[in-house]
Amino acid sequence: MVEQNIVVNVGDIIPELKLPPVTRTTLALFAGASGDHNPIHIDIDFARKAGMPDVFAHGMLSMAWLGRLLTAWVPQSQLRTWSVRFLGITHLGDRVTCSGQVVEIFEENGERRAKLEIQTRNQEGEVKIAGEAVVCLP
Amino acid sequence: MIDKKWIGYTGPEVRFDIERGRLKFFAQAIGESNPIYLDQGAAQAAGYRDLPVPPTFLLAADLDSNELFSTLAKMGVSLGKILHGEQGYTYYQPVCAGETVTVCSRISDIYDKKGGALEFIIRDSSVTNASGELAAEFRSVIVVRN
Repeated sequence: MVEQNIVVNVGDIIPELKLPPVTRTTLALFAGASGDHNPIHIDIDFARKAGMPDVFAHGMLSMAWLGRLLTAWVPQSQLRTWSVRFLGITHLGDRVTCSGQVVEIFEENGERRAKLEIQTRNQEGEVKIAGEAVVCLP
Repeated sequence: MIDKKWIGYTGPEVRFDIERGRLKFFAQAIGESNPIYLDQGAAQAAGYRDLPVPPTFLLAADLDSNELFSTLAKMGVSLGKILHGEQGYTYYQPVCAGETVTVCSRISDIYDKKGGALEFIIRDSSVTNASGELAAEFRSVIVVRN
């Protein structure tokens, strides 16, 4: 967590979040918990009929991991707005790392805010999700 | 190609109960170990009424109600052809376990790229709490592979 008296600067890199490899169990649990029951993520027969070699991870699973990255850095009540673009599919076995960097500090609505660029990468370093988040600084 | 008449379509309001057990299940599914997402006492010690919904959870309102997928079906879009293109959230009020929120979603735009090989559906959702306050907004971009 960012302490009240710690200075945040443009260029700061926030602590990474490294995830275990994506398994079918991960996807089954996330389907149930998130409400996204699209069979393309949990049923290999459906995935193959749709032209995919296998099931693949929900984009929202990786976004949820990015949410963990952010709320490990600031309390969630300081998260104002964020958005991501899903650039590539996260596959079974992928080991995802979430990372972020402060790119701007500005005043808005009477608050001091930081903009971060955030992304997920797989074990090959390929960016799968990229986006930005705006948090209020203490 | 999706009929452009769907631009502006607003679905029915969906009421969504924020259940503590579901939030714990969600936290476990994403590997979250911060006790404020798992333990009511820890959440209250951190200033929340109860377990807070984690940043991405509110999309579940659109999914549990089947409102998103049924709208796609009505538009003639099959689930095997969709990819998630973008997702964004803006927060105004915390939402915690024990609340019931109302979610309303609108198709704000539909466009295509690559001569129709890819179509994009932009869907904007608003989340209102029991006091009638806007608690959050989220935007989903669905990509259809034709």
